[in-house]
Amino acid sequence: MTATAAPPEVEAPTEPPVHKPSVRKRLIPYWLLLPGILWLLVFFVLPMVYQASTSVQTGSLEEGFEVTWHFQTYWDALTEYYPQFLRSLAYAGTATVLCLLLGYPLAYLIAFRAGRWRNLLLVLVIAPFFTSFLIRTLAWKTILADGGPVVAVLNKIGFLDVTSWLGITQGDRVLATPLAVVCGLTYNFLPFMILPLYTSLERIDTRLHEAAGDLYAHPATTFRKVTFPLSMPGVVSGTLLTFIPASGDYVNAELLGSTDTRMIGNVIQSQYLRILDYPTAAALSFILMAIVLIMVTIYIRRAGTEDLV
Amino acid sequence: MRWLRRNLVVIFGLGTLAYMILPNVVVTVFSFNNPAGRFNYAWQEFSLDAWKDPCGVADLCGSLSLSLQIAVWATIGATVLGTAIAFAMVRYRFRARGAVNSLIFLPMAMPEIVMAASLLALFLNMGIQLGFWTILIAHIMFCLSFVVAAVKARVLSMDPRLEEAARDLYAGPVQTFVRVTLPIAAPGIAAGALLSFALSFDDFIITNFNSGNTVTFPMFVWGSAQRGTPVQINVIGTAMFVIAVLVVLVGQMVGNRRKKAQPN
Repeated sequence: MTATAAPPEVEAPTEPPVHKPSVRKRLIPYWLLLPGILWLLVFFVLPMVYQASTSVQTGSLEEGFEVTWHFQTYWDALTEYYPQFLRSLAYAGTATVLCLLLGYPLAYLIAFRAGRWRNLLLVLVIAPFFTSFLIRTLAWKTILADGGPVVAVLNKIGFLDVTSWLGITQGDRVLATPLAVVCGLTYNFLPFMILPLYTSLERIDTRLHEAAGDLYAHPATTFRKVTFPLSMPGVVSGTLLTFIPASGDYVNAELLGSTDTRMIGNVIQSQYLRILDYPTAAALSFILMAIVLIMVTIYIRRAGTEDLV
Repeated sequence: MRWLRRNLVVIFGLGTLAYMILPNVVVTVFSFNNPAGRFNYAWQEFSLDAWKDPCGVADLCGSLSLSLQIAVWATIGATVLGTAIAFAMVRYRFRARGAVNSLIFLPMAMPEIVMAASLLALFLNMGIQLGFWTILIAHIMFCLSFVVAAVKARVLSMDPRLEEAARDLYAGPVQTFVRVTLPIAAPGIAAGALLSFALSFDDFIITNFNSGNTVTFPMFVWGSAQRGTPVQINVIGTAMFVIAVLVVLVGQMVGNRRKKAQPN
């Protein structure tokens, strides 16, 4: 029991000194919190404040920047880079949906059908993590290479005709097209979808499946009415863990894409590190943050699981 | 046909697994390649050269050891700070609990690039030299929340009566903490630490913004994508994968044996 719960006045003299609720004792949680919270305040909150101030500055690198409350930067950034914003949201959204479609069967397989292979499968889901993700993303360059076996097969079965018609590939190339970027994003964030899905599926009592079967429910009905609703917490946290990082990613678009597939992350990165236009970069980064936070809030409200964390 | 329908989920699941493992297979295969040009993207001929000399490329092993150092320090820092926060959150009621909760949740609910850029804004404004220390500061910051989440989950599922029992048996608060609380919380703390290590070692976006001219391993790989990818990168990627799988399998074997050794 915590010390703060006991009233300080009524103290039995026989009680061992450990239980004496002193000022010192009541301060314990604050002392525990202090270093970590201070770290977050100084290196997470304060930077946001600095970035906010940077976004309303004007000037140049040579003459120095000054806060002039130039909110126009936000408008300019938005009107100039809205295609990249839309593209980021479209790519991240598609990757999230694909992750859910691809990840659900695997999570289901591990949770219900794997038997004694369960641990091995889990290891195989997590193990790729340990090879640097940049190395694995570069491997996709080899896999999707022009004239490589994957592209040849896709071409042969007519897949590339369909995707070219849809405008997500060009001719018989996959590399440097939207398809390659989405493929990379999906691949990179799949484990973030599978693990939460698995956790929530694993908690489901399998007797519920049997009960549904006893009541003559078709397996598809059982899935739709029992399994899927019970796995909703996993679906919600999986989609968030996939969508949020994917929307700000620039690695896949840079390594697997072309200038036509630039996402907003690429723009922010080059504004900050190459063009050195700090106000625009800061404004773009805030707009991205606002979009993501708004979308996430609406999503969590609608999905109805607010006690996620 | 019926068999196919009943095992549809198995087939799709294994298909996804193949999609996830494919790049690792490619990385492994191409670690035995003898590339023609600067880039190791097309198969030429079998060679063991890169395996014989993994550090044969300038700066590669230097960046690897730098990444390891940063990951170790970031893990220690984030685990200590995060565990303290987790205990405070679960075991004590105090004012501003909600605010603290959202402060810890926010770094996880934000695209990494936003944090990376804002930290750079801070360092630029304060005129701080980018390098080892700024990378370490950033890594501790973003690993912290994950440690808190992992430890909190474990401590929450812990029976508080165990600690009461220890106190009833006249254990002091320090003794209770060291002999009862800490061993029970250990798996959560270990999970948080492992996650921190992996996140820090593999982090690219935040490091890219806040490293200045310092080259960590992910930065080296990124640079090599422009300048030319040595085969040694694939060797190290393969080695990491193999070591990780071995560590996990050995860990599970030890765990199984321990479980079998305990009656019940």
